[in-house]
Amino acid sequence: MFDALVIGGGVIGGSIFRELTKYKGSFCLVEKEEDVAMGASRANSGIVHAGFDAKEGSLKAKFNVLGNKMMPKYCEDLGVKYRNNGSLVLGYGEEDYNTLLELKQRGERNGVENLSMLNRDELLAIEPNVQDSVTCALFAPTGGIVCPYELTLASIGNAMDNGGQLLCDFEVCKITKENGVFKVIAKDGREVLAKVVINCAGFYSAEVAKMLGDDTFDVQGRKGEYILLDRESGDFVSHTLFTAPTKAGKGVLVTQTVDNNILLGPTATEQGRSDSTITTPEGLGFVTEKVAKMCKNVPHFNTITSFAGVRAYCDRHDFIIEHSQKAEGLINCAGIESPGLTSAPAIAKYVVEDLYSKFNALDKNENFNGKREPDYFFKNLTDEEKNAVIAKDHRYGKMICRCEQITEGEIVRAIHENPPARSVSAVKRRTRAGMGRCQGGFCQAHVVEILARELGVSYEEITLSGKGSEIVVGKVK
Amino acid sequence: MKTVNLTCVECPMGCAIEVQLDGESVVSVVGNTCPRGLAYAKNEVVCPMRVLTTTVKSTDGRMVSVKTDNPIKKSNMFSLMQVINGITVTAPVKIGDIIMKNIEGDVNLVATDCLK
Amino acid sequence: MKKSYDIVVIGGGPAGLAAAVSAYDNGVKDVLILEREPRTGGILNQCIHNGFGLTRFKESLAGPEYAYKFAVEAEKRNIETLTQTTVLSISKDKKVTAINKENGVFTVEAKAVILAMGCRERSRGALNIAGSRPAGVFSAGTAQKYINVKGYMPGKEVVILGSGDIGLIMARRMTLEGAKVHAVAEIMPYSSGLKRNIVQCLDDFGIPLYLNHTVTEIRGDKRVTGVTISQVDQNKKPIKGTEKSFDCDTILFSVGLIPENELTKGMGVELSPRTKGAVVYQNRETSIEGVFACGNALQVHDLVDFVSEESELTGKSAAEYVLNGAKPRDTINCVQGKNINYVLPQKIDKNASGDVKLYFRVSNTFKNCTIKLECNGKELIKRVKRVAAPGEMETLLLKESLIKSLEGDVILSLEESV
Repeated sequence: MFDALVIGGGVIGGSIFRELTKYKGSFCLVEKEEDVAMGASRANSGIVHAGFDAKEGSLKAKFNVLGNKMMPKYCEDLGVKYRNNGSLVLGYGEEDYNTLLELKQRGERNGVENLSMLNRDELLAIEPNVQDSVTCALFAPTGGIVCPYELTLASIGNAMDNGGQLLCDFEVCKITKENGVFKVIAKDGREVLAKVVINCAGFYSAEVAKMLGDDTFDVQGRKGEYILLDRESGDFVSHTLFTAPTKAGKGVLVTQTVDNNILLGPTATEQGRSDSTITTPEGLGFVTEKVAKMCKNVPHFNTITSFAGVRAYCDRHDFIIEHSQKAEGLINCAGIESPGLTSAPAIAKYVVEDLYSKFNALDKNENFNGKREPDYFFKNLTDEEKNAVIAKDHRYGKMICRCEQITEGEIVRAIHENPPARSVSAVKRRTRAGMGRCQGGFCQAHVVEILARELGVSYEEITLSGKGSEIVVGKVK
Repeated sequence: MKTVNLTCVECPMGCAIEVQLDGESVVSVVGNTCPRGLAYAKNEVVCPMRVLTTTVKSTDGRMVSVKTDNPIKKSNMFSLMQVINGITVTAPVKIGDIIMKNIEGDVNLVATDCLK
Repeated sequence: MKKSYDIVVIGGGPAGLAAAVSAYDNGVKDVLILEREPRTGGILNQCIHNGFGLTRFKESLAGPEYAYKFAVEAEKRNIETLTQTTVLSISKDKKVTAINKENGVFTVEAKAVILAMGCRERSRGALNIAGSRPAGVFSAGTAQKYINVKGYMPGKEVVILGSGDIGLIMARRMTLEGAKVHAVAEIMPYSSGLKRNIVQCLDDFGIPLYLNHTVTEIRGDKRVTGVTISQVDQNKKPIKGTEKSFDCDTILFSVGLIPENELTKGMGVELSPRTKGAVVYQNRETSIEGVFACGNALQVHDLVDFVSEESELTGKSAAEYVLNGAKPRDTINCVQGKNINYVLPQKIDKNASGDVKLYFRVSNTFKNCTIKLECNGKELIKRVKRVAAPGEMETLLLKESLIKSLEGDVILSLEESV
């Protein structure tokens, strides 16, 4: 029996999972997909928000500002790329100027530091590609960027390094409680016992709560479509650009990513109880149109790919982070839409120290090591350091992904690391192999071969992203 | 009289050729710019021929590419594919090695790559 | 291994091999080829179809056969070749840093560098096609590698977007291996593939080619389950109501090739936005002295025969540079005018001897048109063509005597017949 079971391997579940392993006890995370970071944490903007956006007094405001301050150290410990690139909210004319001023004041009340207003010249000096019609901007120097799945993978990997257990392909379909112990049952029949259940099931968190009779909230999906541009255009903008919120709704953003791509989007399409991530001509057209109002000379010719993610929001329009009012021992973390990524470290700390501690005493795990080395570490080494690594393991001398310069050594490592990669997409998320401009055209066949060899399975069994997504259908002859 | 329109494939020019047929016999060929085109057109309307290129498997699971060393009947392509897919070679194989003699008439199946 | 070479060739495909052999035969024996794959030959090794070498060897060879001819020549000359070696960067002063298992990360100096990295396929992502992102979506070249090299079928029910040669070749290849190819969709009003491939890869098997069509939706959660193609208008926008839906498990993309020039960019060589390759003189020297480019890394060729020809010229130029050093130039530009997509070389050195063959592509399909070369408003060459299409690279020979007489930039244009 586990002291705590986390349902859902997104950034919230992952951060809580890691936070738990700082203390003595046994902890488990279950995830319905073949890999973690497959829901909202797979595809979002990756922004570490400054915290001027959220309504004062809301949980969003509280955890956003706290999380923003924790993020640099959190990422450093986990070997996760983080960049404090600063955010800019663009305004067009006087009405927007006043809106930005209100945002600034709200941000200051939320505890956001160093907010300032920029005029057009000041803005142009730092972002030369903004559109001619932009007249002013709110500058938030504490804004940053991070890769959401990288952060999630690192949190979960580190939790596993510290004794946490991960069960994938574990789709929870029933939870019972007997004598104060939860029995969490998966679709395939597996069962896990736990004293405390922490519900971080994202889009499915209301369904999980309902399994224990908690129907106090509902979750809906809002799809966001994105366009990703090649690193070649990586210096198109350096800050994260937003537009002032208007009655017509929030606009899209233009940002650099930590991997030096440019990200455009997202749309915000309400889609109720669907978590479909298909992209649409309308959505991608909307993004293109909105971005054209923000920036000049958008290098669309350098598009690498487009994708979509679904953000789960709840009918209370704030985060739900609380003991269930209906089921003793259940902690709900639901409706964690933006700024959930930013808030994750702060939410994790609160959930463990303030909520979980009600059930189990917090005794420090003396063996906890919060440091982790990423799978793609090799690229950033000096030539001498690289040679030392290659001398020990020749596979680091074999380049597999030429666009992102990822070696066989790193791919093998990702397959055997925590959390282990078992599919082509899982390797891609950990190492960036296949993430570049050829989109795996050259390296995919090699990655499949390495996966088959390392996992001891046949070529035909290797999937893009879990059962049913096999890459090849059989031998030619 | 029947008219058949062809695109010559003898070279990248891709001449549009018109062939007049009286039953099985060619009455006229128009549109070709070289004698190869003429020959192609005459053949194509009577008995189209193709060089077949594919692979054969080897005992160690690797593939080696092969071709027929002369054109075979287009209509025979699929039946020959079945024959070829039943072949297993053993390394080493050299370019030009005959993989199967007389696969159709006196046409042989030859390796177009090496397998060390 | 040695620390410096007279010439380092980046890439051991048909371009790199031909350039290395030519450099050797023109007097520079100290040549190193760096190749990423386990053997030389480049993409030809997976192009098992025939039709290579018709121009050069007057026979129809399979890809590996064509590559082998050049590999043998390189071997005969004992040209040093490092395979499974990936070049990471090249500095402006021609220091080449590469990585492999045996040597780790290492740097070699070169007096001259020949860039022969080839090209890559445009991916699905670059087209912003709507829908899901399941397994079963491949570039045509990736599918070719799975089938011909690895021996695995990427799928059984196939729709192909793009009628470039690789797409056409794969339509036949997959059909022969038992797959059903339902359709080939081409966004342009014409195919960019060779005529013989349309006949022998599609017509032979009754595979329909839909011109002016593009993929508008990809369906499937884990694996592709279907695809919708739609007709496009003159602005390449899909026309509502023209949708055709296919159930399939595989979609291949054959939507264009892009010269690989990350290394070129990294070293600061000037690139042409039109060819996506380096800007070169007629000897294929780039904006950096002693750095040359050839093959599909320079411009995407229709036929490997032309790659070999260009690469031999490049190898010779590199050898001349190593042996004789740089000479003062008298440069004029060679500019694309009306209805011309690009002209190469982009620069002509009037001081250099010999004729110059201009390579160019037209921007659309034209019938009975006139190709014109002008200088300062004066017409120098006029050539009437029955047919011209972007899919077929055109050439125009400039005689040395003409070049010497030029007094400014030359402009190449195409006039439509009135």
